[in-house]
Amino acid sequence: MERKIYIRILKDRLFKIFIILFSFLSTLPLFFILFHLIKNGISSLSFEFLFNLPKPVGEKGGGIANAIVGTFILILVSSFLSIPIGVSAGIYLSENKNKKLSNVVSMLVDILQGVPSIVLGIIAYLWVVRPMGRFSALSGGVALAIMMLPVIIKSTEETINLIPESLKEASLSLGVPYYKTFLLVILPAGLSGVLTGILLGISRIAGETAPLLFTAFGNPYMNLNIFKPIESLPHLIYNYAKSPFPEWHQKAWAASFILILIVFTLNILSKLVVKRWKVRF
Amino acid sequence: MKGRKRYRWKAKLSEKMKRLLAKVGMGLMLFLPFVAMAEEIELLGAGATFPYPLYTKMFDVYYKTTGVKVNYQSIGSGGGQRQLINRTVDFGGSDAFMKDEQLKEAPGEILHIPICLGAVVPTYNLPGNPKLKFTPEILSGIFLGKINKWNDEKISKINPDVDLPDMAIIVVHRSDGSGTTFIWTDYLSKISNEWKEKVGAGTSVNWPAGIGGKGNEGVAGLVRQIPGSIGYVELIYAIQNNLPTGLVMNKSGKFVEPSIETVSYSANVQLPDDMRISITDTESKDGYPISGFTWILVYKEQNYGGRKKERAEALVKLLWWMTHEGQKYTKPLHYAPLPPLSVEKAEKLIRSITYNGKPLLK
Amino acid sequence: MHGLKRELTLEIVFKKVLSLSAIFIIVLILSIFLTLIFNSLPSLKAFGLKFFYGKTWDPVFNKFGALPFLVGTILTSFLALIISLPFSFSISIFLGEYFREGRISSFLKSLIELLAGIPSIIYGFWGLFVLAPLMRIVQMKLGFTPYGVGILTASIILSIMIIPYSASIGREVIELVPSEIKEAAYSLGATKSEVIRKIILPYASSGIISGIILSLGRALGETMAVTMVIGNSNVLPKNIFSPSNTMASVIANEFAEATGDLYLSALVEIGLFLFLVTFVVNLVGRYIIKRYTAV
Repeated sequence: MERKIYIRILKDRLFKIFIILFSFLSTLPLFFILFHLIKNGISSLSFEFLFNLPKPVGEKGGGIANAIVGTFILILVSSFLSIPIGVSAGIYLSENKNKKLSNVVSMLVDILQGVPSIVLGIIAYLWVVRPMGRFSALSGGVALAIMMLPVIIKSTEETINLIPESLKEASLSLGVPYYKTFLLVILPAGLSGVLTGILLGISRIAGETAPLLFTAFGNPYMNLNIFKPIESLPHLIYNYAKSPFPEWHQKAWAASFILILIVFTLNILSKLVVKRWKVRF
Repeated sequence: MKGRKRYRWKAKLSEKMKRLLAKVGMGLMLFLPFVAMAEEIELLGAGATFPYPLYTKMFDVYYKTTGVKVNYQSIGSGGGQRQLINRTVDFGGSDAFMKDEQLKEAPGEILHIPICLGAVVPTYNLPGNPKLKFTPEILSGIFLGKINKWNDEKISKINPDVDLPDMAIIVVHRSDGSGTTFIWTDYLSKISNEWKEKVGAGTSVNWPAGIGGKGNEGVAGLVRQIPGSIGYVELIYAIQNNLPTGLVMNKSGKFVEPSIETVSYSANVQLPDDMRISITDTESKDGYPISGFTWILVYKEQNYGGRKKERAEALVKLLWWMTHEGQKYTKPLHYAPLPPLSVEKAEKLIRSITYNGKPLLK
Repeated sequence: MHGLKRELTLEIVFKKVLSLSAIFIIVLILSIFLTLIFNSLPSLKAFGLKFFYGKTWDPVFNKFGALPFLVGTILTSFLALIISLPFSFSISIFLGEYFREGRISSFLKSLIELLAGIPSIIYGFWGLFVLAPLMRIVQMKLGFTPYGVGILTASIILSIMIIPYSASIGREVIELVPSEIKEAAYSLGATKSEVIRKIILPYASSGIISGIILSLGRALGETMAVTMVIGNSNVLPKNIFSPSNTMASVIANEFAEATGDLYLSALVEIGLFLFLVTFVVNLVGRYIIKRYTAV
């Protein structure tokens, strides 16, 4: 009897060790990646790197300023396109839970989230690049916006769901019209959740390359015009990584470091937003 | 309305107006920089990876001297052709001239302006970096997957003083549509009937063996990293990466080292007016047998899709510069400049580019 | 009364905007679907069903068969899934049972979130420059050709990328298991690991399975990381060390350069198929979750 119990307790301990071990093992790649990024990238980081334009192959120096700016512009364009629609759809889904339309849309939003980014790149190429006759930051923004939509819709919907009906009812009973209730009472109350969704969406698309391959296209110069091709950090990393030039590999490491810095900052920002602005009921 | 109410209404209205104007003003301010930038001419090209180092140098100099920006993305010759047909770029770059069927698909007549010459060289990764000689049979055998060991007797017979290891041959080819591939497979089709039947020549082919790298860059990168591998790249990529290049036996039986000179020799043949010619397996005695032109593809009639005349003029000026002043940047980067006869043909072609039927260059 | 009329119009406008946004989503998905179909028509007409079991992808002779890519996709996705399972399982159980709250829990949660936040291009880049050379050493020792890149490398990178997804869903369903059942087992003298293995996991199994299916969906569609380490070969792979291509990676490689309309529409057809497959997989996953949480 005792031996059986002993074996079971042993199994129990081993199981716990296994679980803890594997859980932390799975985070190892994170440390490896960060380690390599820092080790290989930090030597290229300099003022010049961040603020200069790329130089032709073989020449020393040059930077990635156009890619950094390009990434920000793409973020702006896709946010501009996706936030209004995303927030509105999220509110609709939250307010009309029982309608058939809601169920269909909810299912489609999940599906949209699963569409491979390369397919969205094809779509943006066919819808924007071809008719316009040129590659542009706008087309890249469209592809990225479609990717951001499901994230924003879901988080807005969940945020509004969490806000108690009583708040809405109180506002309506005071005679505040429906639209003002939402714009001036509900949304501000759920601001942290909505902002979190937006920040998460942004950090997702900041690192996307595939949809930009045949839309934003790339540009060795600084470009602020959304109707022209534009460079972006992920695209630059892709180009430099597959090149045979060691100087470019170096730059790719450093650019990856910058990219991850941006993405992690956005993640931390969204956590802070929740902490400071979350309205508790 | 009664006095006081009217006053309040007017006040509210002006408040609303002010807010609206403020919003519109802000919106305009955001868009002004975008609009202002629209007037600067920026030419967009895409295509061949082979001339990419040369083009980035040329366009950098061109920008510094003329202020015209040229944005060239190296997506492969196939991409250059496709995007030109789709009219999403001002010009395409290609190491493969477009076939008749492809030209028929295009919405307008396309001109092939030669810019420079290059060599496609076999490059490999073997211990000690020996200098190897290749015959046409060896090359086609390797790429067909029939010769798979480095110490195969076919290779050792031609290279008696090299200690060839007992290693597997790993073929590296292009994964993307490529003019470099076109030149290479065009050569293989000419010297091997089996290759011609089984695989054929093209910018993208159904490779019997090997792994794919993206762009000249990708292939060079893979060869650099995989021991026992062999790939084909433009000469500049091999040199820039300190990769060994093999000598290839040409039609006259000479083992020729790929270099600027031997590439230029290979162009000493009859050239057609439209410059759509393959010079692989050249008749020229001292020519390197796997050479080719790289072209810039443009539409002959530049008034399409709402293009403005200034844009077409900028393009034509760029082409003229590239075939004249720009040629001095070729040799330092290991590209062969256009021989005089080719420049003549290029000039004729550039002069024939029109806008609304009128030639743009006087 | 002027104000009231205005307010009423704004009411209606606002409500319309909301429902229009919802309808927009439907229109969007439909348009995507229709665009893909329309642009694959030439290829659909030319090859029909042969497209899916033809193993030659030949742009020169315009013969297109997508079997190599289907095989590549299936191999990499399932291999990635298998590799990731022990890890995502462990994390779900760790966060769902052993350390539900507290600093260790938040620490691990943050790490997993960071892992999920790494852009795919960086995974691909790291895979190409760190994992591939390691793989080359392994392959040379085992006597395989040292490609470095290939199916196994791509699967490893993919598995790291999908761990956070199945882990988070697994954790949620494990947390939802009612305490009465667990208490009952404990009161009968079961050890914690026995409770987990014999009570919690079976109870949460459908939720866990849907989490697995959803990470499968993620793996199927991942493009950049895979493109950079899979070796880009359009023939049927021989073994897991072979280079290959997935549906997503072949599109990324060849789309911008597809000369010829048939070539282009063959690639779009692959995109269409990919769209449909991820559609179905996601649908199945969500369906299982709904059924489970509704019970």
